[in-house]
Amino acid sequence: MKSFRRLVYPYLVWAALLIVLPMLIIVFYAFSTQGNDVIPVKITFENFIRFFSDPIFFEVLLRSIKLALITTIICILLGYPAAYIIAQLRPDSQSVMVLMVTLPQLINMLVRTYAWRGILLNTSFSPEVKVYIGMVYNFLPYMILQIYTSLSKMDPSLVPAAHDLGCNDREAFLRVTLPLSVPGIISGITLVFLPAVSSFFIPKLLGGGSYVLVGNLIENYFVTTGDWNFGSAISLIMALIILISMYFTKKFDYDKEAV
Amino acid sequence: MKKKIPYSKIYLFLILAFFYLPIIYVVFFSFNASRSLTNFTGFSMRWYQKMFKTRSMMESIYYSAIIAVIATAVSTVVGTIVAIGLSKSSRLIKQVVTQINNLPMLNPDIVTAIGLMLLFSTFNVPTGFGTLLLAHIMFCIPYVILSIMPKLRQLDDNLAEAALDLGCTPIQALYKVIIPQIKEGIVSGALVAFTMSFDDFVISYFTTGPGINNISTYVYATTKRINPSVNALSTLIVIAITLIMIVSNVIPLLRERRKKNEETA
Repeated sequence: MKSFRRLVYPYLVWAALLIVLPMLIIVFYAFSTQGNDVIPVKITFENFIRFFSDPIFFEVLLRSIKLALITTIICILLGYPAAYIIAQLRPDSQSVMVLMVTLPQLINMLVRTYAWRGILLNTSFSPEVKVYIGMVYNFLPYMILQIYTSLSKMDPSLVPAAHDLGCNDREAFLRVTLPLSVPGIISGITLVFLPAVSSFFIPKLLGGGSYVLVGNLIENYFVTTGDWNFGSAISLIMALIILISMYFTKKFDYDKEAV
Repeated sequence: MKKKIPYSKIYLFLILAFFYLPIIYVVFFSFNASRSLTNFTGFSMRWYQKMFKTRSMMESIYYSAIIAVIATAVSTVVGTIVAIGLSKSSRLIKQVVTQINNLPMLNPDIVTAIGLMLLFSTFNVPTGFGTLLLAHIMFCIPYVILSIMPKLRQLDDNLAEAALDLGCTPIQALYKVIIPQIKEGIVSGALVAFTMSFDDFVISYFTTGPGINNISTYVYATTKRINPSVNALSTLIVIAITLIMIVSNVIPLLRERRKKNEETA
């Protein structure tokens, strides 16, 4: 059976070429600028200095993080009760509800966002509110399903046990149900916050160009301006932020598990 | 406790209404007689006629489907082979491949997308159908491997050895013993790959070339002005997905019922 090992080698070459190399090229572009005819490329920190010295870029970055953060919080606040209610239903109704939550997700994200554009067209909401509606709409199902999964794994005799030991409904929830559903909330956060930071078509379609986020900046520099070096630097900064926040959520998760 | 139920049902209903509102909305306005997206002026099929006449629109459906089918087939076969190879590999190789596979799954899509775009431009590969397909295969394989690996871990190593002792060639052991045992993982991997590919926008947007659009990039390109045929296109997708879901959920149910009936009879 050892001979099966060799099956992996072609994939290593493929992955090196199509997964690792592109990342290295982004790093290369980010740390260089288009030079002149004599020196075609120049290795420099210029792109990063440009990003952090202009308050506009920093503002866009903060706005993206804020949008992702608030979207995540709204998703937890709306999603937790929904997941909790689903978990209390009869088993067959539970699977029907999970299907009902999953079904709209299978329809193309662009198509659903386009539909929201029509609904919100003649409303008086500000572009920011429209973007928030679109974001929560797209990410809420992930949160509900993650929290539901952790709630449905819970031993159903735990809450009655807490009651027997003198807890009232609120205490039983706060001391038993909620702590046990934290892993679900955390995987929900990773599924909502991380993609939300980089989203660019929801703000573009619903915010109508006036609501610029990091993802829109990257798109502009690659598609419109053609300044790939600066665009790569922005992508690298964003990827780094996401990596760091992921590290912290994972760490938090492990710490919880250790307790 | 009993009193709480109506409130909770109302809440669930509101959440579901929120989820289904845009879907009902596009279906409804796809039959609108006028261009308006806010006033329903009468029933008409004109946007459907227009959709079927718009070549670029029909092509986008074709490209979405064909790319998803090929990417799913290739990534499922390759992913299965790599996963089986990995299960017999050293810890180091396993670690390296898992870490590399994590990159496209954890990285924001837009970073993966521009990485590929820069790669294609660095090597002067003209973008188009080929690069789009390559990109889709690339991001699907890690998901297939991820859904097969747990099944392989549950697999008893001695089974394959026993098959060899009983005279199977390694290839026979592969498809007579190993693959049937990990079938569930392969099927769920293929499903994930198909939906990922069919729904993808960001990676397609940066890796496709002129004239090649899938549904997502087509919708994105046409939203600058109001185009009610997009509602008709969306309705088609809604109907297709609903039919697939009904069929895939009802058939197992019927089968189960028949089994029960046979048992009682």
